[in-house]
Amino acid sequence: MNEAASVLHVENVTMQFGGVVAVNNLSMDVAPGGITALIGPNGAGKTTAFNCITGVYEPTNGLVTFMGEPMVRNHPAGKMKKQYLGENGDEYAALKPISPTPDSITRLGIARTFQNIRLWNSMTVFDNVLTAKHMRAKQNVFTATFRISRSEEKRMRDETTALLEEQNLLQYADDMATSLPYGLQRRLEIARALATEPKLLLLDEPAAGMNPQETQELAEFIVQTKDKYGLTVFLIEHHMDLVMKISDYIYVIDFGSEISEGVPSKVQNDQRVIDAYLGVVEHE
Amino acid sequence: MDTFLQNCLNGLSIGSIYALIAIGYTMVYGILRLINFAHGDIFMMAGYFMIICMTDLLIPWYISIIIVIIATIILGVVIEKVAYKPLRDAPRMSIMISAIGVSYLLENLATYIFSAQPKSYPYDKMGFLSSKVTLGNISTTLVTFITPVLTILLVIALVILIRKTKIGMAMRAVSRDFETSQLMGVRINAVISFTFVIGSGLAALGSVLYFIPRASVYPLAGSLPGLKCFVAAVFGGIGSIPGALVGGFLIGLSETFVKGSATLSQYSDVITFVLLIIVLLVKPTGLFGEKIKEKV
Amino acid sequence: MTKTAKRNCSIIGLAAIAAIIVCVGQFAPKSGSQWANLRTVLQLGTIYALVAVSMNLCNGFTGLFSLGQAGFMTLGAYTYAILTIPVASRAGVYYLYGVAGWLSNIVLPIPVALLAAGLMAALLAALIGAPVLKLKSDYLAIATLGFAEVVRIVIASSPLNRITNGSLGLTKIPGFSSYYGIFIVAVICIAVVVLLINSSYGRAFKAIRDDEVAAEAMGINLAHHKQMSFIISSFFAGIGGALMAMYMGAVSSTTFTIAVTYFILLIVVIGGMGSVTGSIISSLLVIAAREWWLRPLDQTQYIGTHQVPLLKAGFRMVVFSVILMIVVLFFRKGIMGDKEFNWDDVAKFFRAIGRFFKRLFTGQLFKKKSKTPEAGGDAK
Repeated sequence: MNEAASVLHVENVTMQFGGVVAVNNLSMDVAPGGITALIGPNGAGKTTAFNCITGVYEPTNGLVTFMGEPMVRNHPAGKMKKQYLGENGDEYAALKPISPTPDSITRLGIARTFQNIRLWNSMTVFDNVLTAKHMRAKQNVFTATFRISRSEEKRMRDETTALLEEQNLLQYADDMATSLPYGLQRRLEIARALATEPKLLLLDEPAAGMNPQETQELAEFIVQTKDKYGLTVFLIEHHMDLVMKISDYIYVIDFGSEISEGVPSKVQNDQRVIDAYLGVVEHE
Repeated sequence: MDTFLQNCLNGLSIGSIYALIAIGYTMVYGILRLINFAHGDIFMMAGYFMIICMTDLLIPWYISIIIVIIATIILGVVIEKVAYKPLRDAPRMSIMISAIGVSYLLENLATYIFSAQPKSYPYDKMGFLSSKVTLGNISTTLVTFITPVLTILLVIALVILIRKTKIGMAMRAVSRDFETSQLMGVRINAVISFTFVIGSGLAALGSVLYFIPRASVYPLAGSLPGLKCFVAAVFGGIGSIPGALVGGFLIGLSETFVKGSATLSQYSDVITFVLLIIVLLVKPTGLFGEKIKEKV
Repeated sequence: MTKTAKRNCSIIGLAAIAAIIVCVGQFAPKSGSQWANLRTVLQLGTIYALVAVSMNLCNGFTGLFSLGQAGFMTLGAYTYAILTIPVASRAGVYYLYGVAGWLSNIVLPIPVALLAAGLMAALLAALIGAPVLKLKSDYLAIATLGFAEVVRIVIASSPLNRITNGSLGLTKIPGFSSYYGIFIVAVICIAVVVLLINSSYGRAFKAIRDDEVAAEAMGINLAHHKQMSFIISSFFAGIGGALMAMYMGAVSSTTFTIAVTYFILLIVVIGGMGSVTGSIISSLLVIAAREWWLRPLDQTQYIGTHQVPLLKAGFRMVVFSVILMIVVLFFRKGIMGDKEFNWDDVAKFFRAIGRFFKRLFTGQLFKKKSKTPEAGGDAK
C-alpha cells in the first residue's frame, strides 16, 4: 500500500494500559474512495485502535497521518518508558508528540460513530444533526446569542433538512432521537456524523444488533453514502457478510496484533484468520 | 520550639477528629459514589443529642456517650433508607441533590428544635476529660491528648475489619463493582447500612471529642467541618480509610499552624480549600487516589 | 393548538403578569398587609429567578455540577456596592477603617455598576474555570464549593478592609429609584440566557450534558464550551448578587453562605433541571411559600387556651425542607422536567381534567374501558 496515496496512514500504533497491551504495533493504510475494514474477535482491540486514531486515547507509541499530514504521534516517555512492552519504542522519540483532542480531529475531516449508539437523548432527530453542524459555523457566542449571525443559523438548518431528506429521515425530524427504532437510530448517528462534512468516515460496528435483512440494507446504504458524498469509509465490523461484501481491503487483528491483511477473498481463506474466529466461512 | 510542638499536638488532635468524620465520607463514597453532604450535619446532631442526654436528662457521661452513638447511628441509617436508597438507580446528580436536601432539612430542624442560638455543651460534667495534662513544657487537656491515640486505634481496628472479616470483604467488593457484587449474592442493603453504621458511629465519637473544647453547639456547626472533612477524604484518596486518616492530619496540622501564625490566622479556614484546589489541580484523584477510565 | 392561538395566549399571559406587577407596584403598601407580602415575593422571587436561571444554565443545561453560586453572588454584590454607595455616605459606612483613597470618589451609575458586578464574577470564573472544569462532577462540586468559601472569607479579610469594609460589611447601598428597575434588569438578563440556550451554543451545551464523548466526536471543544457556560452563568449570578444587595440595602460576607447555594439548587431542582420557565415558576412559588404562605407556621397559635403543638419559630423552614425532600424523592423531574412552558401542555392538562370530571359525573370513574366497542360507543 502506497503510504503517500492513503487517506489515513497508521504506523506502529501501540496502546498500552498499565501492563496490558491492547493494540500492538498496528500499521494500516486506508485507500481514498474505498471501504477498508478492521475485523477481529471480541476484545481484539478494534475500538481501542479507533480511539487512538480519533484522539479519545493517546497511543503509547506510534504515528497516524491524515491526508499526508501527521495528526497523532507519541512515544513512551517517563514512567511508561520502563514499562513499555511493545515494539519500535524509539522510532518517534526524537519527534515532538502530537496529541489532538477528538474535536480537532473531527474538524480536520474525520467523523465517527460508536459501537453503543451515542445519540443525544434530550434532543429531537433534527437537533441531533443540527448540533453537529455547530463546529463549522462561522459565528461566536455573541453573534449567535444576539442573532447577528442569523444567516449562519439558517444555512445550518437548511443543510440539516437537506441531509435528513437524503437519508430518508426527514419524516422523523421532530421526534425524539431515542424514540426511533434501533436501525433508524443507527442511520441517524451516521447522518449526524455526515453533518460534520467529513472526508473519512469511521464506523464502529454499524451492523451491531441487526438482523440479516437490516444488515443487507445497511451494506447498500454505506456504499451509496460513500459514493454520494465522495467519502472514504473505514469500518469495524463483526458481521462477516457485510464486511466481505462491501470491503475493498481488510485488516484482521487478534489480541491487539495484526494477523492478516488483504482483499476479502484472500482474508477469507487465510488459515490464521479462520483459526482466530471465522470457523467455517459460508459460501453462497 | 515549644509553640511548634504545641501546634503539632493541637494539629494532630483536631486532625484526628477530622479523620474520624472523613472516614464516614470516604466509606460512603467508596460504596455509593455519593458525597454525603448530610454527614457534617449528622455530626452536629450528635452534639445536640449529647446535650439532651446530659443537660436535660441528667444521664451520666459514660452512659450518655453510648446513647449518643446509638442515636446517631440510627439517624444515619434512617437517612440512608429514606433519602438515598430510593434513588440508587437514579442519575448521580439526583442522589447528591437528595443529600443536599437532607443537609438543609437537618439544619432547619436543629434551628427549629434547639433555636439558632448556641447551646452550651456539658463539658464540665465530663470532669476528668477536661483536666490538664502537662508534657514537658506543653500543657493541654486530656481530651486533646487522647484523641489522636484513640483515632489511630480505631482506624487500625477498622482496617482489620475491612481486610480480615467477611463483611469487610463484602464492602470491598461492593465498592469495586456494585452490580456484580449484587449478582454474586452480596446482601447490598446490609453492606450499605453497615457502612452508614460505622460512618455515623465514628461521627458521633468525633462530635464528643470536637465539642468538648468548643463548649457550645449551634445548628450550622457541622457545615464547615463537614466540608473540610470531605476535603480530607479527597486528599487521602477517596475510598481509602488510611488515606482519610492522613488527610485529616494534614488538614488539622495546616489549619492549626495557619491559625497560630500572626499574619495569616484569619485565613485558617481558607487554607483547607486552597490546599484542596492545589491537590485537585495537580493530582485530580487525590494523593492516593483512584483512576477510572470511561469505556468509549 | 394553532400557532396564532398559542401566540395570542402568550401575549395575554405576559400582559397579565405585567399587569400584576404594575398593580402591586402602584397599589400594594410596602408593609403591614398581605399585599405587602406579594410585593416582597415578586421582587425577591424575581431576583432568585435570575440566579436560578443562571445556575440552571451551568448545572441543568450543560450538566456541570457547580456549587459556587454563592461565591459569584458575593463578588457581584460587593462590586456593585463598592461602586455605588454615595460618596457622602462612605465615611459613615467605612467608619472603622476608612475608605481607600483611590476608591473614595468613584461612583458609577447603577446600570454600569451592575454590569461591573457581572464582569467581576465572570472574571473570577474565567480564572478558575480552566483547571476546575476538568474535574469529575463530584470533585467539581466540592472544588466550586471551596472556591465560594474562599471568596467569602477573603473578601472580608483585613488586607481588603479599606475596600470592602472587612467583616463589617457594606450598608447604605442604593437601588433603582423605580420599583420596576429590578424586574427590567432580571427580564433582560433572563431573555439573554434564553436566546443563548436556543442558539447553536445552547445546543452544544445540551449535547455536552447528554453525552460529552459524542459531543467531542462531533467537533464540540469541551473545555471551551464548558468554560463558556460557566463564565456566562457566573456573570448572571454576579448580577443577581448585585440585585440582592440593592434589594436588601446591605451586604456582608455572611449574606451568601453555602446554604444559599443549596437553596438555589433546590429551587432549580423543583423547577426542573433544564427548564428556564421551570426555574422562574419555581422561584416565585418557593419564595412565596417561604416568605408568605408558610409564615403562619412560625407563629404560636392557640385554640382556646391550648397551644397548638409544633407551631413556633422555625417550623416554617422545617415544613419547607420537608416539601423539598418530597419533591427530590418523588418528583425528581421537578415541575417542568426539561421542557419549557408551552400552551399545548396546558391544553392537554385542562383536557385531562375535563375528562376526569366527565367520567366523574357520568359515573364512569371506576369502570374499566371495554375491550369491544359498544354500539354507539367510543369508535371514532
